[in-house]
Amino acid sequence: MKRNFEDDKEKMVVVEGSYAVADAVKVCRPNVISAYPITPQTHIVEDLSQFIADGEIPNCEYLNVESEFSAISALVGSSAAGARSYSATTSQGLELMHEVLFNVAGMRLPVVMTVVNRAVSAPINIWNDQQDSISQRDTGWIQLHAEDTQEAADMTAQAFKIAEDPDVMLPVLACMDGFILSHVYEPVILLDEDLVAEYLPPFEPKFKLDPKNPKTFGAFADPHSYTEFRYLQQQAMNKALKTIEDAADEFYDLFGRHYGGLIDTYQTEDADIILMAMGSIVGTIKDVVDKLRAQGVKVGLLKVRSFRPFPAEAIKNAIKGAKVVVALDKNISLGLNEGALFTETKGSLYNTNVNIPIIGFMIGHGGRDIPMSTMEAIVDEAKKVIDSGITVESQFTDLKEELL
Amino acid sequence: MKPLLQAGHRGCAGCCDAIAAKFTLMAAGEDCIVVSPTGCLEVMTTPYPESSWNVPFIHSLFENNAAVASGVEAALKAKGEFGKTKIIAMGGDGATLDIGMRSISGAFERGHDFTYVCIDNEAYMNTGVQRSGATPFAASTTTSPAGKVSFGNIRPKKNMPAIMVAHGSPYVTTTSIGYPKDMIRKVKKAVDVEGPTYVHAHSPCTTGWGFDTSKTIEIAKLAVETCLWPLYEMEDGELTKAKKIKNPKPVEDYLKMQRRFKHLFTMEGGDEMIKKIQALADANIEKFGLQ
Repeated sequence: MKRNFEDDKEKMVVVEGSYAVADAVKVCRPNVISAYPITPQTHIVEDLSQFIADGEIPNCEYLNVESEFSAISALVGSSAAGARSYSATTSQGLELMHEVLFNVAGMRLPVVMTVVNRAVSAPINIWNDQQDSISQRDTGWIQLHAEDTQEAADMTAQAFKIAEDPDVMLPVLACMDGFILSHVYEPVILLDEDLVAEYLPPFEPKFKLDPKNPKTFGAFADPHSYTEFRYLQQQAMNKALKTIEDAADEFYDLFGRHYGGLIDTYQTEDADIILMAMGSIVGTIKDVVDKLRAQGVKVGLLKVRSFRPFPAEAIKNAIKGAKVVVALDKNISLGLNEGALFTETKGSLYNTNVNIPIIGFMIGHGGRDIPMSTMEAIVDEAKKVIDSGITVESQFTDLKEELL
Repeated sequence: MKPLLQAGHRGCAGCCDAIAAKFTLMAAGEDCIVVSPTGCLEVMTTPYPESSWNVPFIHSLFENNAAVASGVEAALKAKGEFGKTKIIAMGGDGATLDIGMRSISGAFERGHDFTYVCIDNEAYMNTGVQRSGATPFAASTTTSPAGKVSFGNIRPKKNMPAIMVAHGSPYVTTTSIGYPKDMIRKVKKAVDVEGPTYVHAHSPCTTGWGFDTSKTIEIAKLAVETCLWPLYEMEDGELTKAKKIKNPKPVEDYLKMQRRFKHLFTMEGGDEMIKKIQALADANIEKFGLQ
């Protein structure tokens, strides 16, 4: 039975993005939270600590560990012992976890971790881009990106649902842009505890560390069997494509909010130019689309929610009618001069019957502001591609020549 | 009772890890969870799809053993399952003194209720006998080899038990696989004491130290009988017990049986190094009141 959502606006409260996420974690009833403070993730773990101090998260242990490496390592133990396990980090902290991330995924432990996206050092920079999580691309974690604070909060519940699905059993990075989402105060609806209980069943893994039924976790696999472990991880990623869509749909049925599953689209049906991006930049792009549509420019937006698994089929279907596609990336693969979304979209279309020019812009590094004027200039470049083909395939945006 | 560490694992003949793990499980009993880092023990006991463990066992990585153990403890507490089940982190000297130092320091500072057993065979044996922070003075390893101008490792062992005492651990003890009753008693005590406890087990490695596979226990005993490895207990920071050695044997008796110290008996100036090693044993006698 669908709820009546008409009263939901009255339930809105103005809170910080970090609080909205921390509150969402709380109502997901984690058993173990393990985290190390790092800007701009700190407000999430502070809020969770206060919930613990006030006795608001029953049956939960909060570990103040001595590093991000131990933060995620502790969750290897807790998740294997059958505990719903959560952490949050960013940037250098996420990079320090790199080795363990492979381990969590390989052991098929459904840990959920919020990444408050931030640039990586050097030079040291605490502001937003997405180089940190993009650099964890091949660790075997599902990676989702939120557009606004409400989605970041709601995505937390979806992340546990996806991760703990018996067909998936993979960890999830739930990403939100640092400061832009984590430190902004916006009206949001905090997740209703009873509805979350209905949405998210208790975590009951098939196998756990249990003296009554001893099992070995983290065994050594030689060339005879290692390949099959990797193959099964990929199979789980394939299954997650549907699970992510289902989790979004089920969430909509209970809560009345939907942000797309693997992707979302805005004004793409008849668009000649499609801009694709992940995270908070999506909001700015919607405004640009509205403005340019009013001027008669047929432009649309493709929002990518799931970076891993990469939704190649969904992206292909969304862009196949366009004349040019522009990928915007808050990251770069140095030495290739391309952002990940650009490279992967381009790669996934090769060998298909969709043959559309794609160009890439790397944008917003280290928290550089992205005004609408920049986006409009990018659309102008896209128009040129329609008229006369690609001249520059991938490039930096808004470079300050005087600093070079 | 079925053996908690099943026979048929892939350890070398005379393997110290297997002996140490066996004694630890005899002390802890079947209601325990074992957490172990990367190393010989994990490799030889868990080649997929086989496992030698008749207790729940988890291996994650090399440097995070104590953190994983603290997560297991937290999970049991959160779910109301903590109480009888003992949590044992068991790892080698490299995983404990070197690369896992941050993790064990954090776990002890946080006060998790678990027991850490360090199986100290004094080098990185799983990768081919490279020097660790536990390698003793003048031992030759593959990365601290004796050579024309070198007597091998130039530094003494890191004093890990003292570091764990400094963390405020209620029970820190040294033991040796050459003394089964001593080790089983101490592990049993460690798992029964509330809070993070530490057992440092001296464990001669036949392959890495270079001695006959039948001599593991004999070598282990000689380390204690020469006072190079004192057996003592520290409770709440105080030395409460140390095994007396009435007539300490000269350190040569221990050194001459091992390939890693062979150069001390062949190189010019080796006798001076042996004197320095004897001085380390004498200092132990003094410090722990072994006589």
